[in-house]
Amino acid sequence: MNMDIRPSAEKTYKSMLQVIPQILGILLLVSLLLTVIPPEWYGIVFSGRPIADSVAGAAIGSIAAGNPVTSYVIGGELLNTGISLTAVTAFIVAWVTVGVIQLPVEMNILGKRFAIARNLSGFIFAILIAILTEVTLSALGGIL
Amino acid sequence: MKQKQGQGKEKGKINGKTENNSRFPIIFLGIVAGIYCIVAIVDTGIAIRALGAFIDILRQIIPVLLLVFVLMFLVNLFIKPKAIAKHLGSESGLSGWVIAIIAGIIATGPVYVWYSMLADFREKGMRTALAGVFLYMRSVKLPFIPVMMYYFGSLYTAVLTVYLILFSVLVGLVCEAAVGKEDIPVHKDKITQCPPEGRQ
Repeated sequence: MNMDIRPSAEKTYKSMLQVIPQILGILLLVSLLLTVIPPEWYGIVFSGRPIADSVAGAAIGSIAAGNPVTSYVIGGELLNTGISLTAVTAFIVAWVTVGVIQLPVEMNILGKRFAIARNLSGFIFAILIAILTEVTLSALGGIL
Repeated sequence: MKQKQGQGKEKGKINGKTENNSRFPIIFLGIVAGIYCIVAIVDTGIAIRALGAFIDILRQIIPVLLLVFVLMFLVNLFIKPKAIAKHLGSESGLSGWVIAIIAGIIATGPVYVWYSMLADFREKGMRTALAGVFLYMRSVKLPFIPVMMYYFGSLYTAVLTVYLILFSVLVGLVCEAAVGKEDIPVHKDKITQCPPEGRQ
């Protein structure tokens, strides 16, 4: 066992040296984005057309970053201003499943094809999930 | 010396694995620092506020980051590739999917802190689809469910959660199909530790 501790610690240490600068870079970008784009700006891009709004919602959610709770709060406010539930759902789902800012790091650590496929499918599925959620809720009798 | 520098710039294959550009983290951080310098020149106030936000977020994720590194150390120490292949490999079956879904839901903190650990797992035999599932299931966070219920209702939360779980499987399969035989990026320092083919 003692013989395994050193190589395991060295391997973890080398991983840390690789990962920490990348995480710091992502955090700096996220912080800049949060500062430059205030939450109230997210509502500007919605046009009132359900499909276009869903794509817009997923696109903004993909670029935006931060705690998922923030997306719920923004989503709730967007819903109150008349944005469709499909668009808001696409926004919330893309927020937590797609990460454009961290894409370079994900590509570097997990592979280009993996990262691109995951984020691209996440974007498309965010729209699909949003549509399915609205259809299901309509069939079941509403939001509450 | 020149040969070593060349190796750092190019991607090649050693022991059947793709060599990763180990300079990327520093280059990436340098580019981001450059962006901050430009922002600071244009509007110093924004740069200072962004740095304040950065410190706040960093404080929040340091415990998670420490947890991930401790887990990575414990995984390197106790969990052998054979065990990973058995429980999360291509032979793991339904239990592998369930483990990946539950682990993704339980895992805390931002998604990017888990990349490195997943890369380690994939090196040890984790199925690519399950890595995709794990990352996708980070979208369902148990502590945040009451907040979602507050804003959107319990039925909406339940329906969305079910769809997220179902689609996590699809995302995993898409990732696996897309990756195909793409080699997992391995940093040079790790490649040197790999035993020759046929000894694993």
